Amino acid sequence: MEIVYVYTKKRSEFGRQCNFSDKPAELHVDILPDPSLTDNFIDRDPCDVAIQCTQEMSEHEVNTERFDCEPCGINHVEGGWPKDVNSQEMEQTIRYRKKVEKDENYVNTLMQLGSHMEHCIRQNNTIDIYQEYFEEEEIVEEMEGQPSAKTVNVFRDPNEVKRTATSLSWHPDGSCKLAVAYSSMEFQKVTKDMSYDSYIWDLENTNKPEMTLKPVSPLVCLEYNPKDSHILIGGSYNGQIAYWDTRKGSQPVEMSAVEHSHRDPVYKVIWLQSKTGTDSFSASTDGQVLWWDIRKMSEPTERLVLDPSKKGNLDNALGAFSLEFETTMPTKFMVGTEQGVVVSCNRKAKTPAEKIVCTYSGHYGPIYALQRNPFFPKNFLTVADWTARIWSEDIRDSSIMWTKYHMAYLSDGCWSPARPSVFFTVKMDGTLDIWDFLFKQNDPTLSLKVCDEALYSLRVQDNGRFLGCGSQLGTATLLEISSGLCTLQKNEKALATAMFERETKREKILEACHREMRLKERSRSEQSKEDEAKDGEAEESAEELVACAEREFYEVVEAEMKKRGKDDKKEKEKYEGKDGCKEKES
Amino acid sequence: MLEETLKRIQAHKGVIGTIVVNAEGIPIRTTLDSSTTVQYAGLLHQLTMKARSTVRDIDPQNDLTFLRIRSKKHEIMVAPDKEYLLIVIQNPSE
Repeated sequence: MEIVYVYTKKRSEFGRQCNFSDKPAELHVDILPDPSLTDNFIDRDPCDVAIQCTQEMSEHEVNTERFDCEPCGINHVEGGWPKDVNSQEMEQTIRYRKKVEKDENYVNTLMQLGSHMEHCIRQNNTIDIYQEYFEEEEIVEEMEGQPSAKTVNVFRDPNEVKRTATSLSWHPDGSCKLAVAYSSMEFQKVTKDMSYDSYIWDLENTNKPEMTLKPVSPLVCLEYNPKDSHILIGGSYNGQIAYWDTRKGSQPVEMSAVEHSHRDPVYKVIWLQSKTGTDSFSASTDGQVLWWDIRKMSEPTERLVLDPSKKGNLDNALGAFSLEFETTMPTKFMVGTEQGVVVSCNRKAKTPAEKIVCTYSGHYGPIYALQRNPFFPKNFLTVADWTARIWSEDIRDSSIMWTKYHMAYLSDGCWSPARPSVFFTVKMDGTLDIWDFLFKQNDPTLSLKVCDEALYSLRVQDNGRFLGCGSQLGTATLLEISSGLCTLQKNEKALATAMFERETKREKILEACHREMRLKERSRSEQSKEDEAKDGEAEESAEELVACAEREFYEVVEAEMKKRGKDDKKEKEKYEGKDGCKEKES
Repeated sequence: MLEETLKRIQAHKGVIGTIVVNAEGIPIRTTLDSSTTVQYAGLLHQLTMKARSTVRDIDPQNDLTFLRIRSKKHEIMVAPDKEYLLIVIQNPSE
């Protein structure tokens, strides 16, 4: 509706001064309410109104630019000798000293200082002024507050083009050094200027790596020799194995021959227990596990093809992603594959077919980490797809314990060497989870966001206190976890044993039940086979089952629809206010 | 007299070494080997200066009388003066 009010001014009056006058109020337009408009609106009740009564504050972050410092030493030289005394000449210095000692001032001062000093020395000898009283009483350590972890140091890839830190290895003695292998795991993303180097970092110095390792092809995995801390072995992207001696420089001492190496990147290499300390074995997604003696790298000493059909057929083989070897059980080892199956093998088997002992399946994706519990070697942890699972060696069909499905892919995991019930996992969203299944089974005890990019690798130091994680942009972060998570609690071993046994028993019972059910099914189908004496009965019964299921489904749907139709009718009649008795008719 | 005092100090239980340094940093008397002496003399001189200036900054009437540095392995005690510095390294009774 248009409201128009017209102002008129005569042309002759343009430019005249304004004459203001008073006028009583005049009603120009009166718009009456139109109730029909309310149909366009719905009453809203209740209305939510948010009120905030706080001070408005703004946040501002400031960070200084990274400060590069270099350590340097000072050389102390005796100084201050007067010009006439040559500090090298013994005679002159002795003479000078004697002269000073005769000085009266010297004697007096020193007497005074001496007495003062004696007082303090005697004090020290009498009583330990920093003595800890009540130290013998064990402070009952109930988790000092929250379990926590804090970042101690961050080691960034010094190159311009960042590569993923795919593997970390701690120095075997004292763990003051960390070896990190860098490579780009994205297929064909390797640029020409991407460096192939991997580094050994000294934990104190984050500015520059202590040593560079220059392989021919980027390293995917790297391990220190636990017997000889100068030797490292690395598996590279092109399938070759190389070993370094840190005393001999950055170039590998020897590399395996290309023809006899793997055909795919070597994902894991582990040192073996042997008298010579030179044996190791490696696994790769080409389906082979090769054994090497580093003194002779031209050929592997042994070869195993991971063919589940045990025929040694390379085409059938499962690609290996992770290896597990426990020094207390030197003849057995386990391989985690790309297909989500863990293969347990016996090294000392006589024929290659017998080498593969059994398989454990249950994961949907490649198994990135596989490790036996250092306290309970019969149980092992696998990390793959979106879960981490704990298995018992005896139960083949399923894991005994597993975590819930996470939102992000899990990329690596390991047990804590200090506590049997604690393990760590890292995810692709950059978080580190610390699990303590004696404390909480559903969720991690501590979940920490380490960085914004994905974390690819994780390694705990032997004392269980420090751990290093490697990320997609080549940043290795060193974290220290609170002592509650790395000291053995009282009863922990007993509780963990009890838990493992209980879960194993449960799985065994389930397995037995399943087997029984299967036997029953089989005997039933055997019976019906005899009755009908038909071939391919099994298949037909499956089809019948499907048809039967379909029929049942449609019946249920129709029943529902009919019921709903009746309900609708009832509703309508109610609404139109018909006689109640009529409802009973329908 | 002075000799006796210094000898007595050195003979106390736990005392590892004694050094007397003058204001220019020249070790006048020492019971340790020369390189260690030079190192201690240089470093402790600087530290004593810093400690003294700290004490005097806070209160100009005040002055540093004694400096004790306790470390995991031993205790370094420094008795400062305008001209000389007496340094004793002791392993306290533990």
